[in-house]
Amino acid sequence: MPLQELTYREALRTCIIEEMDSDPNVLVMGEDIGRYQGTFRVTQGLFDKYGPKRIVDTPIVEPGIVGIATGAALVGLRPIVEMMTMSFSILALDQTINHAAKMRYMTGGQAKVPLVIRGPGGAANQLSAQHSHSMEGWYAHVPGLKVVAPATVEDAYGMLRTAIRDDNPVIFTENPGLYGLKASITVGEGKSVPFGKANVVRQGSDMTLIGYSRMTHVCLAAAEKLAEQGISAEVVDVRSLLPLDTETIYNSVRKTHRAVVVYEDWKSGGFGAEIAARIVEDCFDDLDAPVVRVGGLNVPMPYVRKLELLCIPNENDVLKAIEKIK
Amino acid sequence: MAKPAQVELKESAADLELYYRQMLEIRAFETRCNQIYRQGKAGGYLHVYIGMEATGVGWLHAIKQGYDNVMTAYRDHAQPLVLGSDPVRLMAEIMGRKDGYSKGKGGSMHLYDFEKRFYGGWGIVGGHTPLGAGLAFGSKYLGEDRVTLCFLGDGASNAGVFFESLNMAALWDLPVIYLIENNEFAMGTRLEYHASDTELHKRGFPFGIKHERVDGMDLLQVLSDARRIVDYVRKEQKPYLVEIMNYRFSGHGAADNDRQLYRTKEEEQENMLRDPIKRLEDYLRKSNLMTDEKMEAMQLAAEEWADGVLEEADKSPFPDDEEVYRDVYTDMEPEVGH
Ligand SMILES: Cc1ncc(C[n+]2csc(CCOP(=O)(O)OP(=O)(O)O)c2C)c(N)n1
Ligand SMILES: [Mg+2]
Repeated sequence: MPLQELTYREALRTCIIEEMDSDPNVLVMGEDIGRYQGTFRVTQGLFDKYGPKRIVDTPIVEPGIVGIATGAALVGLRPIVEMMTMSFSILALDQTINHAAKMRYMTGGQAKVPLVIRGPGGAANQLSAQHSHSMEGWYAHVPGLKVVAPATVEDAYGMLRTAIRDDNPVIFTENPGLYGLKASITVGEGKSVPFGKANVVRQGSDMTLIGYSRMTHVCLAAAEKLAEQGISAEVVDVRSLLPLDTETIYNSVRKTHRAVVVYEDWKSGGFGAEIAARIVEDCFDDLDAPVVRVGGLNVPMPYVRKLELLCIPNENDVLKAIEKIK
Repeated sequence: MAKPAQVELKESAADLELYYRQMLEIRAFETRCNQIYRQGKAGGYLHVYIGMEATGVGWLHAIKQGYDNVMTAYRDHAQPLVLGSDPVRLMAEIMGRKDGYSKGKGGSMHLYDFEKRFYGGWGIVGGHTPLGAGLAFGSKYLGEDRVTLCFLGDGASNAGVFFESLNMAALWDLPVIYLIENNEFAMGTRLEYHASDTELHKRGFPFGIKHERVDGMDLLQVLSDARRIVDYVRKEQKPYLVEIMNYRFSGHGAADNDRQLYRTKEEEQENMLRDPIKRLEDYLRKSNLMTDEKMEAMQLAAEEWADGVLEEADKSPFPDDEEVYRDVYTDMEPEVGH
């Protein structure tokens, strides 16, 4: 299988192209994705390649887009909906949660909703309070949805294939800070990354840092600094929130006896709280210290860079938070 | 198309000079905004009003400033400038400084000056349109005869919540004027690709709302349409839907460097001929209301004014760290820390 150097953004695009080529019922819908080449350029070139039938420029109507895609999925299409940013998916929560996610159950198994809702989630650079939401925790609360948040180029590529081939609605969040990430990966037909499998991205013995999406990289940076202090931190990249691979997380915690969960979302009630609760519930006897959460500040995202940076957890915040369990 | 200009002169020479000055100042202010964005002194999403000045100036001089309610989306620098907000504080906000109207926490897309009854400043396309109806609902409930002006874009006019707002505004006779600024593009998407019927004013029809398409580039025409419609709405206490034809000369936002993806150079240049400032200058010249020398002096003054605003705003410090926790609630602070 060919090895290619790709950015995160190109990896997503490559996967979309391969899936569109192999299945004529895969299509992409969203705002400014076609003629304008996509706000974050994930869909660059696709309109020229596939035309308006399969690369559908929509009006700015998120609930309508998700609803139409869901309806189309019911009769056999496999739509990929691009949210210009996941913050705008808030408008479509009703279609997503109250319609798409419950359909299988309410129809007693008659409905099949192969739908992917993907786009950048989390803070970017000074986009202020209305454009900086981390939505994955909201979605991971909902039975009927699958929710993934890949941190690497390889996972972006491989998990998108899994998402497109999944027969259930999948929320696929991409942190805007990751689009430029580069790596050499193998691509091609059979190459995919399954859901529900966390990944140990750094081995360690003294504590476990747990993150997903861009926070995996923050965990890695923190682990690097901890190493300088002689502390060996293991890093688990959760990758898939729903389904959640608790076994990989637990195995690591059982080895290191300390757990730190890092997430960009508001600390209070964010998905990291769920991970922390599970560790406490199931690994209580293995823990040598309380589980630590490091989350975003519980405020709407401010505009000025200085305050924005205060809100988003970085490696120093992680180091500070674990002072108490070292 | 928009009706041709047929204007009897209702404006005094002094008023015309004021409007001209404000249009020049908006353009100079917005030009600075694009510049500081490139220099990294402003960030995020920033959208300027260049090319659309006659619409804002005309409509905001047809209302009772400071009494009537005004609201728009994220292309929101011009409205408070016309309404008399402090330009230094506006610029400071755009630069994320302590003296900004939102203490640096809102930024370009989120400008507000409630004292002037300028209610922002909203980033979610279409999201503010029911708020506009709400301002009208509230003012009417309180027995006041304030009119509410709610600006929105052609792209926003597709939003479901906008149709919900129109229905309620008509159902309850709310004195709100929805001004769809049809600048022919919703970001990188041309009108024909996002609207099934490109005569957007017709969206008032199913709700029994009076609606019309008007010109947004000829200031005198804008003023006369705006006065007629504002008077009607104040008197009848009913909503109105206006589609204003204008054009944005810049990119969608300061970060949009790809205008060629959705419009040609030729098309742009052709539309630049509609420049509302040039058009007003032609009028002032032809009617012997202002000499070329005076116009040049005013242009220069506007540039100097904008430089001064920027310089002053740049003196404002960044907000303190503690500011991050303030104003989440009226009466408590949120939980502190990561
Ligand atoms: C709900 C939502 N979806 C998408 C966006 C991204 N976006 C911001 S402005 C814009 C275009 C809006 O165009 P229009 O309403 O015509 O206003 P204009 O920018 O031309 O003034 C889009 C798609 C958003 N801010 N909110
Ligand atoms: Mg527009």
